[in-house]
Amino acid sequence: MPAVSKGDGMRGLAVFISDIRNCKSKEAEIKRINKELANIRSKFKGDKALDGYSKKKYVCKLLFIFLLGHDIDFGHMEAVNLLSSNKYTEKQIGYLFISVLVNSNSELIRLINNAIKNDLSSRNPTFMCLALHCIANVGSREMAEAFAGEIPRILVAGDTMDSVKQSAALCLLRLYKTSPDLVLMGEWTSRVVHLLNDQHMGVVTAAISLITCLSQKNPDEFKTCVSLAVSRLSRIVSSASTDLQDYTYYFVPAPWLSCKLLRLLQCYPPPEDGAVKGRLVECLETILNKAQEPPKSKKVQHSNAKNAILFEAISLIIHYDSEPNLLVRACNQLGQFLQHRETNLRYLALESMCTLASSEFSHEAVKTHIETVINALKTERDVSVRQRAADLLYAMCDRSNAKQIVAEMLSYLETADYSIREEMVLKVAILAEKYAVDYSWYVDTILNLIRIAGDYVSEEVWYRVIQIVINRDDVQGYAAKTVFEALQAPACHENMVKVGGYILGEFGNLIAGDPRSSPLVQFNLLHSKFHLCSVPTRALLLSAYIKFINLFPETKSTIQEVLRSDSQIRNSDVELQQRAVEYLKLSSIASTDVLATVLEEMPPFPERESSILAKLKKKKGPGAVSVNELEEGKREGGELNGGGERGGDSSSTPSPSADLLGLRAGPPVTAAAPSAGSLLVDVFSEAGVNDDGFLSEFSRFVCKNNGVLFENQLLQIGIKSEYRQNLGRMYLFYGNKTSVQFVTFTTTLNVQAKPVEPLIEGGAQVQQVINIECLTDFSDAPLLNIKFRYGGALQNLTLKLPVTINKFFQPTEMASHDFFQRWKQLSLPQQEAQKIFKANHAMDTEVLKAKLLGLGMALLENVDPNPENFVCAGVIQTKAQQVGSLLRLEPNAQAQMYRLTVRSSKDTVSKRLCELLAEQF
Amino acid sequence: MIKAILIFNNHGKPRLSKFYEHYTEDTEQQIIRETFHLVSKRDENICNFLEGGLLIGGSENKLIYRHYATLYFVFCVDSSESELGILDLIQVFVETLDKCFENVCELDLIFHMDKVHNILAEMVMGGMVLETNMSEIITQAEAHNKMEKSEVRAALLRSD
Repeated sequence: MPAVSKGDGMRGLAVFISDIRNCKSKEAEIKRINKELANIRSKFKGDKALDGYSKKKYVCKLLFIFLLGHDIDFGHMEAVNLLSSNKYTEKQIGYLFISVLVNSNSELIRLINNAIKNDLSSRNPTFMCLALHCIANVGSREMAEAFAGEIPRILVAGDTMDSVKQSAALCLLRLYKTSPDLVLMGEWTSRVVHLLNDQHMGVVTAAISLITCLSQKNPDEFKTCVSLAVSRLSRIVSSASTDLQDYTYYFVPAPWLSCKLLRLLQCYPPPEDGAVKGRLVECLETILNKAQEPPKSKKVQHSNAKNAILFEAISLIIHYDSEPNLLVRACNQLGQFLQHRETNLRYLALESMCTLASSEFSHEAVKTHIETVINALKTERDVSVRQRAADLLYAMCDRSNAKQIVAEMLSYLETADYSIREEMVLKVAILAEKYAVDYSWYVDTILNLIRIAGDYVSEEVWYRVIQIVINRDDVQGYAAKTVFEALQAPACHENMVKVGGYILGEFGNLIAGDPRSSPLVQFNLLHSKFHLCSVPTRALLLSAYIKFINLFPETKSTIQEVLRSDSQIRNSDVELQQRAVEYLKLSSIASTDVLATVLEEMPPFPERESSILAKLKKKKGPGAVSVNELEEGKREGGELNGGGERGGDSSSTPSPSADLLGLRAGPPVTAAAPSAGSLLVDVFSEAGVNDDGFLSEFSRFVCKNNGVLFENQLLQIGIKSEYRQNLGRMYLFYGNKTSVQFVTFTTTLNVQAKPVEPLIEGGAQVQQVINIECLTDFSDAPLLNIKFRYGGALQNLTLKLPVTINKFFQPTEMASHDFFQRWKQLSLPQQEAQKIFKANHAMDTEVLKAKLLGLGMALLENVDPNPENFVCAGVIQTKAQQVGSLLRLEPNAQAQMYRLTVRSSKDTVSKRLCELLAEQF
Repeated sequence: MIKAILIFNNHGKPRLSKFYEHYTEDTEQQIIRETFHLVSKRDENICNFLEGGLLIGGSENKLIYRHYATLYFVFCVDSSESELGILDLIQVFVETLDKCFENVCELDLIFHMDKVHNILAEMVMGGMVLETNMSEIITQAEAHNKMEKSEVRAALLRSD
């Protein structure tokens, strides 16, 4: 046996490794390895029994080969045989091979278990530890079944050696993690807690990991660990740096154990026992104080260990969130670290501050560091630190600083690392929506986002901006104008084209008055991008085109030509071809009325949790966006809000056969006039209608017909309505937002209505149709009372239906001369109503126009000598009479005021119109 | 919990890999490559923490590493571990290796893989820390060495 004389080294192994290292190419290496594998295989298969030394040598070679990334498909049996050797060397190498190479599903487990059983009962601490290590490393279910009962006994037995106890504790932990059902709590559990008091610090170190895990799962059973942990911590923290001898690391007493103790305490609320709590607060204060003391060593390891404890202490303080004093100290300490020269500390400080930002005690204190954090975002060299800075900015954002933070994040996006762009985009989008005070800022921000980082703007983001624009009529005109401008850029991102196509298709009419954005200009602009776009975008554009035909009949022939061209109607893509064919046909055979119905403006989207939020959560895991959950009223589980059939929407709106004439076949409708409704009025006397409460929702519908009328946690009521002459039809959609049935659902109206389904399933929606006839002019809106049972509790709700006199307007076009002639005819003082009021919204011409059009009157161009002013004309159709009305709105941009004058043939109408409109601008 | 401990050199050659969760052999090799790719492109003197690669759990896990001369020591851990604590642990591991091998270098890790595994096993077991006291770890390692030597001697005597 010559090789052995070389001491503990193995010559054959050394030679083999040197050979491999000398290989000049990958091929040569593989060749050498294959040669060696063949050699070892023949040795293992050979008749001559191998001695322990040779086995060890070959197993080491196999391990080396495995480390280089080559599969090893033999040698397992030999390794298992080594386990039963009596020699430490052989046994140890066998266990090593198994823990590296045997996975938990191996068929050999039964054999291995036998060997382990023998070693556990051997009473040889070295062998016991090897066996325990093997169980902990493999951790399979079969092993748990075999040993879950045995190991707790070893752990708490009085005569077990410390080193074995340590191994047993971690071995049990591993089994508990893989098969918690097999580790039964018992008499041993209370004794495990007392290991925190063990004399041997190594035992405490191992046991605390086990106790922490068990406490997380069974907090009550292990509650006693809190006081034990506090006293242990207190002994360590107050000890001199030499007391703990070998557990002192660079002058810091037992840093690892201190960290673990502080982590264990984070599994529990603050201690109830005053004495324990006092002692703990003392510890935390000592730790904070020590941070201010001069360092005992200049070595980085010293400050490293000290700060490890400090950060855990701060985490515990944040976890308790109950000691304002300590929280402020923690925040100040982190503030110091934000500017520290050690990058690691800056990183951790940013990370801890993120959690601190969500505490109400410290949110304001965190906000004072905004400039430092913005600076970190701009100047840190390390992307992981910049990422933490971005997270913190997101966490500290609130209404007061949203504009600044969003602007900084946007400008950072231009240079941001590719790896974090998508997440940054999501965050900007969420903040912009959450803290939008005026929605034009929101639209600007999102369009900027698409401009700067279009590739990283996921579908959720641009779906969301469209949802918001559709649901908020005050921003539609602005959005149309802004996308129109954005599309002017010679190279704009495809996502911009999508948003542009969608918004112009819906609201292009709002900017069509300006010759620079006339219908044809809009169309040509969109179509100039068409050829550069992918199929889904082209499909969306085709839908926008057909919507254009409805919005602007004058574009019909141009668009039909485009649809008819071979590149559309014979496109190789089925979807495009189908759309081209269908849209072409639709535009040529359907009457304007039918077109108007089919291609009607999209109804508002139901309000749900922003899909972006869900995406960010998915991306970052639950912890990272915890701050966001502070947000009120946002619910879990949102997914794409109706995003699926984007582009195809126009074809999914009601079929053309839903003709408006069916209206007359409906049951006789009563007027919304108050006199007609008085029969039922007493029903509402107890309901206590709060005018102010509903005013804003109600007034939103003066200039539009569709939208969400009411929403609370249970119920959402959406409205779609259409009016023609003195008739109207209103669809009410009652959506159950909960997962529970609403029963005995009834609605009563002080006018007649078709009854509604008495039952609304969880998550379902039912529809109610109300036919309306205007008998005479009126000023009070009909009231709708809704009663239902939700889980036994009776819910009672009274709402004003948004039926206003202006809904029955027929627009009247007239020339300047005619207008002023009629204006003069209506010169009786009571025929005129006038109001001067302050602007509530931005004085945007396009928005104003959109609102006036929504009012139902004709908006007359070139009538008023002053181009700033708006004049409108219309006739209100009631059954009794027709009431002609003229309107003049004079904005004064400087004073942010309006003067509104309404003249009509009936004084009550003038007055009511004036009231209604004054709230709109 | 520590999910994996990896040591590789400046060229990405693995010198030790220890996984405390089960992955297929292919995945393990990919994780090593991915981790090397993530760590090696980073400048010196920047932060020692970064998010893990996708294979090992992405943002759920952190890579905590130190770079010594020709070797990277990388610990992949979940959020239950203290970052600075793990940095200390790496330091303890390296100092222990240094004491056991007397000025440890890359070659020691190559030729004494089994010993490196043994020393590591004294510190970390099943992904949890067993012992942080350097002298205790060294004592154990020396005891094992002694046992090994005496067995070898015994074998020699027998064969004489």
